Amino acid sequence: MKILVCITHVPDTTAKIAFTDSNTKFDESGVQFIIGPYDDYALARAVELKAAHNGTVTVLNVGLANTEPTIRKALAIGADDAIRVNAAPTDSFFVASQIAAVAKDGNYDLILMGRESIDFNSGVVHALVGELLGLVSVSPVMKLEVKDGVAIMDREIEGGKQSVEIPLPFVAGCQEPIAEWKIPNMRGIMTARTKPLQVVEPVGAEEQVKLDQYSLPEAKGAVKIVQQDQIDDLVKMLQNEAKVL
Amino acid sequence: MSILVFIETDNGNVKKSSLEAVSYAHAIAAQNQGTVTALVLGKVEESQLGALGMAGASKILHADDTALDTPSIMAYASATAKIFNDTNSDLLILAQSALATPAGARTAVKVGAAMVSNVIEVPEVSGDSFKVKRGIFTGKAFETLTVTAPKKVLVVKKNAVEMKTDGGDATVEKVSVDISEGDFKLKVLETHKQEGDVLLPEAEIVVSGGRGLKGPENWGIIEELAGTLGAATGCSKPVSDMDWRPHHEHVGQTGIKVSPNLYIAVGISGAIQHLAGVNSSKCIVVINKDPEAPFFKAADYGVVGDAFEVLPKLTEAIKAVKS
Ligand SMILES: Cc1cc2nc3c(=O)[nH]c(=O)nc-3n(C[C@H](O)[C@H](O)[C@H](O)COP(=O)(O)OP(=O)(O)OC[C@H]3O[C@@H](n4cnc5c(N)ncnc54)[C@H](O)[C@@H]3O)c2cc1C
Repeated sequence: MKILVCITHVPDTTAKIAFTDSNTKFDESGVQFIIGPYDDYALARAVELKAAHNGTVTVLNVGLANTEPTIRKALAIGADDAIRVNAAPTDSFFVASQIAAVAKDGNYDLILMGRESIDFNSGVVHALVGELLGLVSVSPVMKLEVKDGVAIMDREIEGGKQSVEIPLPFVAGCQEPIAEWKIPNMRGIMTARTKPLQVVEPVGAEEQVKLDQYSLPEAKGAVKIVQQDQIDDLVKMLQNEAKVL
Repeated sequence: MSILVFIETDNGNVKKSSLEAVSYAHAIAAQNQGTVTALVLGKVEESQLGALGMAGASKILHADDTALDTPSIMAYASATAKIFNDTNSDLLILAQSALATPAGARTAVKVGAAMVSNVIEVPEVSGDSFKVKRGIFTGKAFETLTVTAPKKVLVVKKNAVEMKTDGGDATVEKVSVDISEGDFKLKVLETHKQEGDVLLPEAEIVVSGGRGLKGPENWGIIEELAGTLGAATGCSKPVSDMDWRPHHEHVGQTGIKVSPNLYIAVGISGAIQHLAGVNSSKCIVVINKDPEAPFFKAADYGVVGDAFEVLPKLTEAIKAVKS
């Protein structure tokens, strides 16, 4: 079974978000970058499926050279080889086009990724890739089993979940609890250094959107503290001041 | 500008989020003498269609192909793409959901449109310039984009616009769509849905509990408050990790993102990953016994106190004003 796992290189979940260059560039100073948390789940499940089905896992990242430590981490977790498409991930259609171009000739049985990236939160790359390749796309997938060329999955829906069945190949956007996150061990880290990391140039994709600028939410006013024995006051404020009751 | 709005139904009922999407489309149309057409796929109660007109649609297209009665992302995308092209639309609007977001993305590829999701405001349109604002970094920031492609698909978040209820009558027209067997490759085996509850992503009010509730047996006080308010219930990640509550209630960076009018957090510390899922709520009330809990910094109102004492009092006080 050939599995392609697409990973993002994103600021740590606790990172402070700030911008430079008149709010047109993300301020990377002091920020630690990680594999996107949802992508990490996809990778963890891929590594398990690889062991169970005697498969291979290729990780793919669309990013400039600075994402290579993140890619090496994915190799240390258990991917066999990696591809980096040498381009900044500008928008979801651009990224999806790069993934589709790599996947087109790769004969992958499964194309897995996180349900969304935690930087741009578009949550649509799996669907775009599915459409570009003419494959079914499913998201967010919380459980994935493969048997005899058919996958059984649980996906989350509003207020519940749904079990679905699809023949391979397909594209899935993953989330917890599809697998336990894997932490690279020493051996993984050592072997990751020598695993192949291929760099390919991007295919042309039409530009659809242009960034004007980034902005931050307005600072919150101070919290109004209500005493435990004055709950009636709280209810009045919610009614008359906040107007939410 | 000719605007098509994808209407999501649930058991034949138009979802409220879709009425918001129509209101949103109407707000755009008002800027440039545009037209708003609502597209309904599959079974719908006729009595439901009136609300689409009131929300601002002037025309309703109904594809009542029975194959569309069961929701399918692929089939919905094929059907929507055909109607988008047939009606010469410039813009497709969808309300964010597990079904509509990916269906919108697939439609965008089919019709060659730009795709922008997580949109939080009505775009600024003047001449050929089309600017949208969307949430990024899980609600910790925003970006404003100029959409350069002529055709566009926007997926809007809840509360992006005030709901319109004073529109008029919309004409209803039956249409036929293109769907193929390939659109049904995905077979649904089973669906589990909590019936009758207010769904978390769409709720106006959310009451969430954290590890401070000590155990699943104590959730009665959360449910009672939620019941009184007509609210959905949510929880922090450890709570769903420990199986005190189902996964679809988990709110935050790696869970559901909510943007209700009122978010009440009880016994939740306010870790940055939890805040990421709730910071676009209009009003946040925090109940925590630790005055240093970080959640107080993100809150509008706070009660420093024991949840087990505060919650029953709050429920009683709300019952009193509601009666
Ligand atoms: C990559 C990553 C992603 C994550 N994603 C999410 C996410 O999506 N959502 C999420 O929630 N978390 C997420 N987390 C976890 C997050 O960091 C916190 O661990 C979690 O939010 C803490 O949950 P909690 O506030 O319920 O529990 P705790 O941090 O244990 O806080 C419990 C709170 O309850 C209060 N309390 C205790 N007893 C009472 C009482 N009787 N009355 C009132 N208050 C009381 C305490 O003072 C305390 O503030 C993520 C973490 C990581 C690393």
